[in-house]
Amino acid sequence: MSSASQQACIVGIGQTEFSKASGRSEQQLAAEAVLLACQDAGIDPKSIDGMITYALDHSDEVDIMRSLGCEEIKYTTRLPQGGAASVSTIVHAKNAVESGICDTFLIFRAMNERSQYRFGQPHFNLSPDAHSSTFMEWCFPFGAQTPAAWEALSCGPYLHKYGITSEDLGRIAVTFRKAAASNPAAWFYEKPITLDDHQNSRWIVEPTLRLLDCCQESDGGVALIITRADKAKDLKQMPVRILGAEYSMFFNHEIISDFYAGDLIRTENSESVADRLEAVAGIAPKDTNVAMIYDNFTPQILRQLEGFKYCGIGEAKDYVKDGHLELDGKTPLSPNGGLMGEGYIHGMNNITEGVRQIRGTAANQINNAQTAFLASGVAGAIIGK
Amino acid sequence: MRPDPIQRIDTAFFWEACERGEFVAQKCEPCNKLWHPPRPMCPDCHSLEKSHAKLSGKGTVMSWVRQVRPASFGFKESPFVILVELEEGLRFVSNFESEDAPEIGMAVQVDFAKTSGGKAVPVFKKASSV
Ligand SMILES: [Zn+2]
Repeated sequence: MSSASQQACIVGIGQTEFSKASGRSEQQLAAEAVLLACQDAGIDPKSIDGMITYALDHSDEVDIMRSLGCEEIKYTTRLPQGGAASVSTIVHAKNAVESGICDTFLIFRAMNERSQYRFGQPHFNLSPDAHSSTFMEWCFPFGAQTPAAWEALSCGPYLHKYGITSEDLGRIAVTFRKAAASNPAAWFYEKPITLDDHQNSRWIVEPTLRLLDCCQESDGGVALIITRADKAKDLKQMPVRILGAEYSMFFNHEIISDFYAGDLIRTENSESVADRLEAVAGIAPKDTNVAMIYDNFTPQILRQLEGFKYCGIGEAKDYVKDGHLELDGKTPLSPNGGLMGEGYIHGMNNITEGVRQIRGTAANQINNAQTAFLASGVAGAIIGK
Repeated sequence: MRPDPIQRIDTAFFWEACERGEFVAQKCEPCNKLWHPPRPMCPDCHSLEKSHAKLSGKGTVMSWVRQVRPASFGFKESPFVILVELEEGLRFVSNFESEDAPEIGMAVQVDFAKTSGGKAVPVFKKASSV
């Protein structure tokens, strides 16, 4: 563990509006979000000396540097595994600044998922190699061609074993949309849904996912600036400390198309991350004040609640039903409305919301939030005051 | 109809076997272990020496879905997609060929279906109906 003065802190956040038609290039969305994050932090974009994003981002580091005027970067990498990498970026940002390689580290993500391409539709242009974790070769000729189809197939054994119904999943969607309804930045601001709305929404993938079990396709950009505590204290915002950030991938597993290893009931990578996080941060995910859990599809919430040890295996549907995920419950879930309600910038907008919760500046502010848990399946981070 | 399989250097043996009507898995020569999906190296003994073994084609349904929206590209009608746990302990994503949806735990048996380009891919039917 790093000394207090060397600890990585999130000092700036920026995001564009979340829409269905941004009307500008992904490279511009990225540049705008980065500038906003720098202005929020009170740093000169020229001083950014490390940057990272993950697979399926079309803005190159050179694009970012060219728009922002960054003089020299000393570290960059492009993480695999799509949205599962959203919280993995925190692992790398922490390592980059705590090791001393970088002083001012940028995480960026910008996508025109809806207006430029349809992110949830079959991806004809994906390489048959293992990019983004999906072994397309073994799915495509069998008509399993969308993220929703892979997700539903992978979750089938779990949903079957515990008798999880469409209503059980619907309650999760209702929870997200309720929070989004009072977040002005959310695409679904003032548009809550009922369980009936969920039950009446059309099938996307039988027998599991209805339209309202799925996240959105969004246009938008998000950025974060990370530095060390000794530098953070002179900046504009209260530093949000990264108390721990961990990642795990096990043999023969994939991300969304996770078919080939394990019992498909437990999520071993999340369990490993939860244990290591508790050891380094001194607090377990379940004991933090806010849970920002990646919600590409509703079953992911159940599996991550169990994987990150909020409850026992098979207990998540009752954990939801008992109201624990409500904003006044013991595990307030994504008060921004999550990726389903606010926007789907491939997970990154959940991280900026976690930061706002610790700062105390969120639209749906959780009282006295001291710590927040950020999760994207294979990665988890705990941030706090 | 259905799209042709995507072939790569390390997996061509599998699709070529399908054209002969054989359902196979990669086999490590030194240690005899079977692997799917195929890979260049045996993760147990790290040998590059590999052949393939014919599988029984028997398995059980672990999970199933049907991609409704968007409909499965290249098909007249979206098929039932199944995750099969094969008798040999490997898992395989395929289709369940039937008017009716499969059930988790159902015993299935391999068959082959033609693709639009005249190739073949393994699909499954209810075991008793083969
Ligand atoms: Zn071997």
